[in-house]
Amino acid sequence: MTEQGVRWTAEQVLALAPDTASRKAGSKLGAAGPWSEAGSSDEGTVWGLCRGSGSKPYRTVIDVADSTGPAYKCSCPSRKFPCKHALGLLLLWAGEDGSVPRGQAPDWAEEWTEGRRKRADDKRAADAAGSPSPGDPEAARRRAERRAEWITAGATELEQRLADLLRSGLASAEQAGYGLWEETAARMVDAQAPGLAARVRELGAIPSSGPGWPVRLLEECALLHLLDQGWLRREGLPDGLAATVRSRIGLPASADGPPVRDQWLVLAQYDTADSRLTTRRVWLYGAGSGRTVLLLSYGAAGRAPELALPVGLALDAEVSAYPGAGQARAALGERFAPAAPTEFRPPGVDVARAVAEYGEALRDDPWLESRPVTLGRVVPVPDGEGWQLADADGELALPLTPAAGSRAGLWRLIALSGGAPVTVFGECGHLGFSPLTAWPQGPGEAVTLC
Amino acid sequence: MTSAPTPVPAPVPAPASAQAPGGSRWEELVTAALLGTARRVPTGVPAGRDAPTALLDAAAVETVRRRAGMRAGRAAARIEPAARDPRPALPPAAARRLTMLLADRPGAGGGGRRGTAPDLMELLPQWLTTANGHGYAAPPQALPALLDAARGRTDLRPAVLAFAGPRALWLARLNTDWRFALRAAPGGGAALPGPEEPERMRELWEEGLFAERVALLSAVRARDAAAARDLLSTTWASERAEDRLMFLDSLRTGLCGEDEPFLERALADRSRNVRSTAAELLSALPGSALAGRMAERAGACVAVDHTYGTPTIAVETPHECDPGMERDGVVAKAPAGRGERSWWLGQLVEATPLGTWPGRLGGRTPEEIVALPVADDWRDELHAAWCRAAVRQRDPSWSRALLGTPAAPEAGGPGAVSLAERAKLLSTLEAPERAGWVAGFIAVHGLSEAFQLLGVCAVPWTGPLGGAVVDALNIARDAGSYPWSFSGVMGLAERCLDPAEAVRLEALTAVPDEAEDAAPGAGGYWSESFQRLLTTLRLRATMQSELTPS
Repeated sequence: MTEQGVRWTAEQVLALAPDTASRKAGSKLGAAGPWSEAGSSDEGTVWGLCRGSGSKPYRTVIDVADSTGPAYKCSCPSRKFPCKHALGLLLLWAGEDGSVPRGQAPDWAEEWTEGRRKRADDKRAADAAGSPSPGDPEAARRRAERRAEWITAGATELEQRLADLLRSGLASAEQAGYGLWEETAARMVDAQAPGLAARVRELGAIPSSGPGWPVRLLEECALLHLLDQGWLRREGLPDGLAATVRSRIGLPASADGPPVRDQWLVLAQYDTADSRLTTRRVWLYGAGSGRTVLLLSYGAAGRAPELALPVGLALDAEVSAYPGAGQARAALGERFAPAAPTEFRPPGVDVARAVAEYGEALRDDPWLESRPVTLGRVVPVPDGEGWQLADADGELALPLTPAAGSRAGLWRLIALSGGAPVTVFGECGHLGFSPLTAWPQGPGEAVTLC
Repeated sequence: MTSAPTPVPAPVPAPASAQAPGGSRWEELVTAALLGTARRVPTGVPAGRDAPTALLDAAAVETVRRRAGMRAGRAAARIEPAARDPRPALPPAAARRLTMLLADRPGAGGGGRRGTAPDLMELLPQWLTTANGHGYAAPPQALPALLDAARGRTDLRPAVLAFAGPRALWLARLNTDWRFALRAAPGGGAALPGPEEPERMRELWEEGLFAERVALLSAVRARDAAAARDLLSTTWASERAEDRLMFLDSLRTGLCGEDEPFLERALADRSRNVRSTAAELLSALPGSALAGRMAERAGACVAVDHTYGTPTIAVETPHECDPGMERDGVVAKAPAGRGERSWWLGQLVEATPLGTWPGRLGGRTPEEIVALPVADDWRDELHAAWCRAAVRQRDPSWSRALLGTPAAPEAGGPGAVSLAERAKLLSTLEAPERAGWVAGFIAVHGLSEAFQLLGVCAVPWTGPLGGAVVDALNIARDAGSYPWSFSGVMGLAERCLDPAEAVRLEALTAVPDEAEDAAPGAGGYWSESFQRLLTTLRLRATMQSELTPS
């Protein structure tokens, strides 16, 4: 527990909201009106009573100091997490207008915070004491072998299907339609190779993806073939590449890299969702190590993933890498202090360097779609229908990806720049650059673009 | 790429960019893949059973090679950077507040019953007015959301565009969704030429787009009435009728006696609309010849008759609409359902300078004239015409007389003067007097008819007016009705009540005991409405303090 003096900004609070409706509802509660007996303690507890439509006000309490992230409790019936009351209270607290004074937490808030912290400590002690995975190692080995056999059978079958497709020609894929691929994807799910299943499903969508689809379909078929072959010959691969293949196939792994403690700047946070799952990606940059890592967290459909790290904050924490050469994914380990605002910015490179780094990264992971990169001193420039980011001091430029070109964030980026150089963090790959966060030329906070 | 489990073909130089040609090997592979290896086998691939696999091997190498060999492209032509905005940045708390206000835009999620939370979008106009008052620059990253908000709500546009500054116009030139900003800012944001640039001024007047010309004329008129008239005279004869009408309308600003000759000539215009607008403007000039002619005609129709027991106004409507009247803008044909002669009378009285009536009606004051009985049911017609004249001529003493005392019984009901007319009459009075009259009206007649009148009062409401509204709401609650009967006034109160009134509202937010004759559950809804009002007022006070430089 350190530094509780620094409060968050409204953007940082709103980034915790599980969805747009909560953001909106929370914003409305971020004013003194419905709140009474609100306060915050030096230990990092924020509490308050919020009058709702019922006769009894809701009791809302938030622990902002916990090193594993903010925790919330509210007596309202909402199943959103955090609920609008927690968001509203945090906004009120962030507002620093005196409506959340320093004080002694009331009993109901104190009890919850203490109970929570005690449980967390107990768990940490238990984790440290107990062995990581109990069970019969022999049985585990047999399970792993059986799964590998299934995957091998799946990969072999997939190779056969790809060969059949190439023999009769991609043009036939257009007529075959989606059903063929759905069925093949289901076979890969049965073979316990979720990575293969996901790629196969994407193949099914390509023939209807507009002009140039045969090129994209051949590329994806070829990379899928490469992954199959990598699995079938994994014994002969270098360790790093073999681990990358296992991870691309979809085998579970644990972040067993050595923990790296650093000041991790939150570069970007964004969610993608399908009907079953919300995936949250958080990019971190280590001020000391110079490493950029990716944290993934998941939430069931309609629920926000629990990990929430507002852009522009930095946290003193340990992260451990997942196995696999060229893999950016890491897991967040111990946090030594809550995330706090920082003036620090990642150093930027020019456009040519960004492209070269992506090319180099393909050596370790040929399936890599894009690579995180910070472009220093670039200007958004209109180019035909789309936009590009051009070196302010050179003649080279990177096109924005089609998806990035249609996001509202694009116009925030253009407005922030006003035709002048900006620093932009994003993902750079063979489809172009996808901007996620930008900083103005002079002083100023990070502006999220996603 | 030691990893690729494929025979690596002879190295080929990487293409200059992902899109560039030079990938003839790749093109050959794509063609073969499309047709199928059963029909076409690319060079270097053995025919037969393994041909598909060999093709996939080669394609994998080519795909990774193409991606790894990708180069950055040439930069397109740069655009001119946005003009610098010299205004100071918002204080951090105010910038955060703006983000929250804009997050509440319609279509940004949420919805449903209003509950106790304030309607943030309704507070945006006030926030913008205050921010503009302090002369702050908008945070650049907020400009897209601001422009989107203004796109959906035309009433917000002037304040948004003033706040958004030069960079918003720069953005609007890049995004067709925001073109309205360029239309609203004449000349696409370029400053209008001033009197020191007669050449540019003449050029813009002669060659500019219609909107630019209107903007130029209005700007010149606001600065120098005669210069605007001269500018207009140079091209008047060759303008199109619609344009003449719009240009003529701009003379409303700073209308003065020197405009009379020009307007007199316009009375002979080919277009009927231009003629009637010219007549209307002339009639608003009490010293004009037209006003004199109208006064003479109206005077012949309205007189005090002493043959009754008390002095009474007798009305003799005009017998015909002669060519002279038509030339002076009187519309001869009455609308359906109106008698011709009363229609003519109304127009004559409306165009007659109000100052002529005391002289014509026995030296009486406006109050005394309005109080006189009128014979033969002409009272409503006559008073309505005087109301229109008082509004047109911006005459507070006649407005006062026609409004009467707010407590008068007929003020709240269907009297000679409708609520809409009262609202217009009120707008000719100074703000404090206006607020005082409406406060008096609400105190006697309650809120059900007050909405229109409140709409013309200045924001924030004065103490007496705010007090009257809160008291009336309190009375309405005690009477047991539902608050949504007053949702219009509640909404106005959220925007217009002085935040200092919050103290008075505290007591009203409690849920009252349900009275026997009250509507079921009304107490709870009232409590909710008052809570929202209170929350909104506090938020407005916070907003103001956040925008005040420390």
